[in-house]
Amino acid sequence: MADIQNLRSAAETGLSSLFESARQSFASEEKISREEAFKFFEATGLPSRRVEAFKYTDLRAAIEDAAHPAEKPSLEVAKAAANAATAFVGIEAVRLTFVNGHLIGELSDLDRVPAGVTVTPLNEAMSQGDPLLKQLAPVAQTRENPIYQLNTAFLADGALISVEAGAKVEMPIHLRFVGTGETAFSTATRVLVTLGEGAEFSFLESHEGPDGIAYQPNDVVDTVIADGANLHHTRLNREGDKAIALSTITARLGAGSNIESVNLVFGGVLSRHQIYLHFAGENATATVNGAAMLGDGRLADSTLLADHAAVGGVSREMFKTVIDGDSTGVFQGKIIVRQAAQKTDGKMKSDCLLLTDDGQMMNKPELEIFADDVACGHGATCGAPDEDLLFYLMARGLPKPVAESLLVQAFVGEAIESVTHEGAREALIGEVEGWLRARG
Amino acid sequence: MLEIKNLVVQIEDNRILNGLNLTVNDGEVAAIMGPNGSGKSTLSYVIAGKADYEVLDGEILLDGNNVLDMSPDERAAAGLFLAFQYPLEIPGVGTMTFLKACINAQRRTRGEGEISTPDFIRKVNAAADKLEIEKDMLKRALNVGFSGGEKKRMEILQMALLEPKFCVLDETDSGLDIDALRIVSEGVNALRAQGRSFLVITHYQRLLDHIVPDTVHVMSKGLIVKTGGKELALELEKSGYADYRSEAA
Repeated sequence: MADIQNLRSAAETGLSSLFESARQSFASEEKISREEAFKFFEATGLPSRRVEAFKYTDLRAAIEDAAHPAEKPSLEVAKAAANAATAFVGIEAVRLTFVNGHLIGELSDLDRVPAGVTVTPLNEAMSQGDPLLKQLAPVAQTRENPIYQLNTAFLADGALISVEAGAKVEMPIHLRFVGTGETAFSTATRVLVTLGEGAEFSFLESHEGPDGIAYQPNDVVDTVIADGANLHHTRLNREGDKAIALSTITARLGAGSNIESVNLVFGGVLSRHQIYLHFAGENATATVNGAAMLGDGRLADSTLLADHAAVGGVSREMFKTVIDGDSTGVFQGKIIVRQAAQKTDGKMKSDCLLLTDDGQMMNKPELEIFADDVACGHGATCGAPDEDLLFYLMARGLPKPVAESLLVQAFVGEAIESVTHEGAREALIGEVEGWLRARG
Repeated sequence: MLEIKNLVVQIEDNRILNGLNLTVNDGEVAAIMGPNGSGKSTLSYVIAGKADYEVLDGEILLDGNNVLDMSPDERAAAGLFLAFQYPLEIPGVGTMTFLKACINAQRRTRGEGEISTPDFIRKVNAAADKLEIEKDMLKRALNVGFSGGEKKRMEILQMALLEPKFCVLDETDSGLDIDALRIVSEGVNALRAQGRSFLVITHYQRLLDHIVPDTVHVMSKGLIVKTGGKELALELEKSGYADYRSEAA
């Protein structure tokens, strides 16, 4: 039988020619992984709704053209963009500034990295063959993911952040991603965070960019958390209103380690945030929360995979989506419990608040359980603000919009509560209040 | 103070109030008693402005202004307060945040400035102490995980802070033990004043031992069928509602 091949879309053809011209500049050590990644991508193409994992987020339809990878901007342009960025500015942190996907040393606090932490720009690490690079892509399933593989193929810049064993780092690192430009561009960044045994570390990510430009960021954060280490991660998507924003965080969890990750989404005409957790060591815990507040015409997708491969892992996932106008929310969550992972305790929940009749929410929970002594559950809810609660608040004197805002804040607040860094938590609450004010 | 004239109300084609008339004077504590299904809770919700009820006829005048033309928040700002029979739990909304938002919303609607934080905290602490509300409760989400008695005390706390003109207490005694009943009643009695009136809705006479009413109205089948002094409550306790079930028919 003859091979049946899909017709390639303009964007797919464009990506192939962009990769062709980029490959000249690859250093030989990195060439292999990039070539492999792109080969995978070429075989699958941009995933359409026919691909199960992308059923509700059709990237083939959404990405019409392959945007050019953004060049490193001049310092002047980078400064102007960074100065205009406001996310998390009030938080005392060590900042690493990325403009259009390139680390800008002059706008980063590379000289005041906290004790116990080493930060190496990714380009430097790649040219020196840094041994930490071997820890990239710590979760195997990402090899089957076209977004992740596209990031590997086009990887332009990033950083390696390594925290020594036993170091308890109080000062967070803020990865500040800022996009700027008048025409569409794409970025591909990779940050690797490794925590030594018993270390504790917090980092924040903020993503901002211009409205009205269909730019295409594709950002990956890989994390490797050694035994007994504790990682706190807070992410804010405030991308521009036409951005197609793709992002992935992976975590390989050692024995007794812990990760807390919260992602708050406002921006992008389409966003997809992917979370890959691999419970490699016994008794590791993960709390992964997310909230999306979506105005007219937007789509936000949160896709999670929790792979329990060791005894006694605990995973808690809570996703909150606020739908306004005709926007769409997507949550796909999969918990795998391997045969060895007895006593796994996994709970996954997705709640949606519909503020209009025109929006929609897609929930797809999946459990694959091969062990016999586990507690795993999932739940999903979807509904309008509770009329009785609104009446109760109004009967105390709150006008309807104020009462509704209070209920929305409370709804989203549950997902934000787990942020341990007080400044970051307050900043996220401030972002939610800002969204509600803008909604009027 | 409050005048209800010929109030006719239905919910989903069920007529609940059938031309009810009631007047509560300035500073008066009026009690409404009546059997289950007589329309007592409906009356309280209609006064507060719940949307599920359809008002077919009549007026509810607070100081001469028809509150039926107002939204629930406007009624609250005008001085109406309903202490709910079943106060709702609102996860994620901190009690203090809620209290401050309510006070300020009412002040704004009345064209007054916002309350200062120190003043607010002082007021809340003083009112909470009187109602034996522990500080820990104020730090929690509104009514979440509160016992029935704690929720009712929280209602009275809100009433004390919002300083309404006209308070409706919808079966505030239900779910209260003897001690909680005493605390809640003392809280209400402390608020009795010229310029403030109460409508106390209850099944049982025991609440009226603590909150002694000036007038007692018996309600049956959506109408006030008898009005008397506080002794009427004692009579009802002895004879039951049997005499009144047929009267409205």
